[in-house]
Amino acid sequence: MARMPVQFRLNGSDRAVFVEPAETLLGTIRRGLGDFAPKFGCGQGTCGVCTVLVDGEPRLGCLTLSVTCEGRSIETASGLADGPTLHPLQAAFMEHFAAQCGFCTPGMLMAAKALLDRNPDPTRVEVVEAIAGNICRCTGYEPIINAILAAAQQRGARRA
Amino acid sequence: MTRHHGRGMASINYPIGMNLGGDPSQALVHANPDGKFTVALSAIDLGQGMKQVSRQIAAETLGVPIEDVYVDTADSDTGPHDMGSFASRGTHRVGNAVIVAAKEARGVLLEAAAEELEVNAEDLVTDGKGNIHVRGAASKTITVKAASQAAQFKQGKTIAGRGIFLIPLSNVSPETGEMSPVTAYAHACLVVDLEVCDETGDVKVNRMTSAYELGRALNPKMVEQQLVGGAWMGMSHALYETPEPYYPNPEHGGRDYNEYLMPGPGDIAPHDIAVLERPAPDGPFGGKGPGEMCANPVLPAVANAIFNAIGVRIDTLPITPEKILRALKAQGGARPQVRRA
Repeated sequence: MARMPVQFRLNGSDRAVFVEPAETLLGTIRRGLGDFAPKFGCGQGTCGVCTVLVDGEPRLGCLTLSVTCEGRSIETASGLADGPTLHPLQAAFMEHFAAQCGFCTPGMLMAAKALLDRNPDPTRVEVVEAIAGNICRCTGYEPIINAILAAAQQRGARRA
Repeated sequence: MTRHHGRGMASINYPIGMNLGGDPSQALVHANPDGKFTVALSAIDLGQGMKQVSRQIAAETLGVPIEDVYVDTADSDTGPHDMGSFASRGTHRVGNAVIVAAKEARGVLLEAAAEELEVNAEDLVTDGKGNIHVRGAASKTITVKAASQAAQFKQGKTIAGRGIFLIPLSNVSPETGEMSPVTAYAHACLVVDLEVCDETGDVKVNRMTSAYELGRALNPKMVEQQLVGGAWMGMSHALYETPEPYYPNPEHGGRDYNEYLMPGPGDIAPHDIAVLERPAPDGPFGGKGPGEMCANPVLPAVANAIFNAIGVRIDTLPITPEKILRALKAQGGARPQVRRA
C-alpha cells in the first residue's frame, strides 16, 4: 500500500514523516524519527513500556496507529528534561531508586506525567491506578510509587 | 465465603557464588593521563548495581575520589574473563578481584609519586580527594593527576593492576560425600501474612516482614532496593507466574504476555526489612551481596502461610487459585491451623 504523510509535534518540534498505513506510533517514533526513549516490550499492549502522551493522554505506542496522530502533540521521555535540568519526575526517580534495569522507566515516567498534569496532588491509590498498565520486573513498584508521590509533593511545594 | 488469615515463615542459608571451576572473576585497573582510573570488567550490570559497587570498591582501595573512577563492564571481547553475573556472586567475587587489581595499581601510583617527590613510596598516603602526600607532612604533596602524568610522560611507567579472585575447587570426598561448595553464606528470615478466599482460591498478601544478613551493605540504598524488588519477584513466583493452565493439553497453553500473570503495582504488600550487617571475613570490605536470596524465602513462607490459613499443603509452584480450590475440595473444606499471636 502507498505510504501516507503524517505531521505531528514530537516533544515540541513539528515533524513530518511518511508512514505505512498499519505502522504503529511506536515504530514511527523509534525507527522513523530516531527517538528511542519509548521501548518495544510485548507489542500487544500488556507491559506499558511504550507509553507516550498523545495530546497529554497516555497511549500505548505499540497499539496506536501513526495515521491517527495527524496534527496531534506527542510527548516521550526524551522531551522531559530541560537541557541539563531534569524533570521533577526524573529527579525523583533517581532520588528514590525507582529504576534498576531501567527498561520500564520511560513508560513509567510518561504514565506518571499524565497523572500529575491532570491531578497535581494524587493519593497513593491514584498513583497505583495511573501506573497499573505498566509492568516493572525489578523494583517491586514501591520505589516508583514513592518517587511519583515525592515529585508531586515537590511540585506542590514550589507552587506554594 | 470466608477469607482465612494465615502467617508463614521461612529461613534460608544462601550460598554466595558456586563451586564450578573455582568460580573466578578478573578485573583490570589502569590510570589515564588525566589521573582518573578505568576498571575493566566482563561482569554485567543488569540493574543490580555491579558498576556502582565496583566503583566504590575501586575508589576506596585506590584512595581516590569516586568521581575519578570509571567502570567499563560487559564487553567479553575486551574485558578480562569473568564467570558472569549470577549465583549472587557479583559483589563478592568481582569486588575481591577489583581490590587486588586496585591495590597493584595504587602501588605503582605511589611509586610514581615517590619518584616525583623524592621520597620513599612507603611513606606516602592518599587523602581520597585526589592528592598524595608524605605521612605527617601534608605540604610534601602531589596530585594523583600530576603523578599519573609523570608516570605516563616522564617515567615511562604503567599505572595498572591485575586482579583475580578464585576459590580453589572443592572436590567431593568419595568416602563421605563431604565438600565445601562456597566460602560465604548469607542468611534471611521472612514472615508473610496473607489471606485466602475459600470460595475463589484468591490469595492476597497483606504484609511481609524480613531480616537479611548479607555481610556489610556496601551501598545500603541499593541493598534495600534489591530486597524490596526481589521480595516482589518472590511473591510473583509463589503466586502468579506460570504458562498454565492448558486444557485439555499443552497446545492450549498461554502464548504471550497477555496470558502470563505478574502482580502489578496494586498487588504489592507493605514490607518491613531489617538489614543485619555482619562483615564477611573473605568479602570485599565485608560484603556478600543480596542477589537471588531477595526472592527465595518468599516462596516457602507463602506456602507455609497458606497451610496456616486453610490447612492444605501445596508443594508445586505457583500456588494458583485453581490448585487451592482443588486442594480444598480434596480436603473437604478449609481447616485453619493454630495461629500464635
